[in-house]
Amino acid sequence: MADAPPQPPLLRRALAPIVEAVEEVGTLGDLAGKTLLWALRPPYRVGVVITQLEFVGVQSVFLVGLVGLFTGMVFAVQTVYGFRRFGAENMVGGVVALTLSREMAPVLTAIMVAARAGSGMAAELGNMRASEQIDALETMAVNPVQYLVVPRMIAGLVMVPVLALLFFIVGIGGAWIVGVYGLSLDPGIFADRIRTLIAPADLIQGLVKALIFGFAVTLIACRHGYFASGGAVGVGQATTRAVVWAVVGVFVLDYLITTALTSVGG
Amino acid sequence: MSDEPHVRVERLVKVYGDRTVLHGVDLTIGRAETLVIIGGSGAGKSTLVRHLIALERPTSGRIVVDGVDVSALNDVELNKARRRFGMVFQKYALFDSMTNYDNVAFPLREQTKLPEKEIRERVMAKLKDLGVEHAAKLTPAQISGGMAKRVGIARALVMEPELLIYDEPTSGLDPVTSRTVDDLIEEMREKFGVTSVVITHDMVSAFDIADQIAMLIKGVVVAQGTPAEVLAVDHADVQRFIGSSGVESSRLAQRRPRRDARELAALARARTPR
Repeated sequence: MADAPPQPPLLRRALAPIVEAVEEVGTLGDLAGKTLLWALRPPYRVGVVITQLEFVGVQSVFLVGLVGLFTGMVFAVQTVYGFRRFGAENMVGGVVALTLSREMAPVLTAIMVAARAGSGMAAELGNMRASEQIDALETMAVNPVQYLVVPRMIAGLVMVPVLALLFFIVGIGGAWIVGVYGLSLDPGIFADRIRTLIAPADLIQGLVKALIFGFAVTLIACRHGYFASGGAVGVGQATTRAVVWAVVGVFVLDYLITTALTSVGG
Repeated sequence: MSDEPHVRVERLVKVYGDRTVLHGVDLTIGRAETLVIIGGSGAGKSTLVRHLIALERPTSGRIVVDGVDVSALNDVELNKARRRFGMVFQKYALFDSMTNYDNVAFPLREQTKLPEKEIRERVMAKLKDLGVEHAAKLTPAQISGGMAKRVGIARALVMEPELLIYDEPTSGLDPVTSRTVDDLIEEMREKFGVTSVVITHDMVSAFDIADQIAMLIKGVVVAQGTPAEVLAVDHADVQRFIGSSGVESSRLAQRRPRRDARELAALARARTPR
């Protein structure tokens, strides 16, 4: 009978998930640092950045708009239903706007971008790794972080806040349509409550979140694609991991940012 | 004139996890020489050449190119050093988001400030040399593997680098095209004094183009020398490898006369620096 393969010591096995988590944070930090370093160095490839802005932003407009519209609509229905119990449906416009601006718009936009653009980035970079295209860039004296990761990070940082703003506006529109035309809310009061309940700080909080989510989602997507290994199977796994961890990252960061911004008076 | 070799590999060891792929490899490659590396699958040939261009970092040992230890350079220094290197990949490594023309033009656009007109002339000339000029406007996905290989070779040659690494340049090509590729490797050496490192299983190609042949078995160089010297090596694995390729030693007599590597190296030095 063949000998069983030796098992690593119990302590090492028990600590393995923690070690892996620390390694993951280290890899992300290292990639983020290199990205910042290479973003500052010439050459500045405007054309490549524009391509990524188009991929992350323009190609996500329809999807983000659609999700924003239905989110606003369903939120209006739920809020009217809940608030009617104690005669507060006049507050619906303000509450929907507040929720959309501070939470729903940045979080759901980031998730949509992770699902659509993040998965695409991870798959593309993973395929480039598997087919030695990233090595080819290096041999041609083109730093792959500068050429591949920097433009994607810029696109994430710029376009996720823009898309979150779009989500917010379309979401308010959806809530308006359902509230005013479907549930007979007074349009004047609906608009007035938005004006009185929403402060610039609410929109700023949403945009700050979107900015950080944009950075995190593209960093995680690029990390998993850039370091993918194991051929087609590895690329598939990298793409799945990119989306899963980007979405988890958005929720974790959402809690941390909300706590930080709320504690300083946001 | 300095006799310093162009590339010196010293006691190179590479370990992946608990697997040692290279066991203290020593190699020297003279300027304007062509070194052909032969060996069975999994011998560590690709790993060895990836170290020459610093795509891999050694576990221990040094790779000295032009007197500089490339394994000790940081990312920015490496980026500069690599302007003098070129590599032909086994699986082409063409950018599938670009046309074949843009693939070949890519290093010229990235590393030079040549006007687009001159880039066009150089790219089309190189594609024509390799017989794939008609595929310029197509993408790599729209052409056959053999054509993609030739576009990959064109991309590596277009910069006329000082050190060119070919990872199985003739695999997947028909015999006639394989000899064309051999001719191009020779032409790069003769015209520009390029130092070449070629991994191949094609012994016809090895005997035709090599100044030196190194045989790698399980991460160890078991023989290095001129083709005639390697043919005469008293090592069972070497003799079995060469014998089973079906190429007779008389092939050596058919080699074209080769210009002296020292003369070509002097020519390379006299070239205007890019």
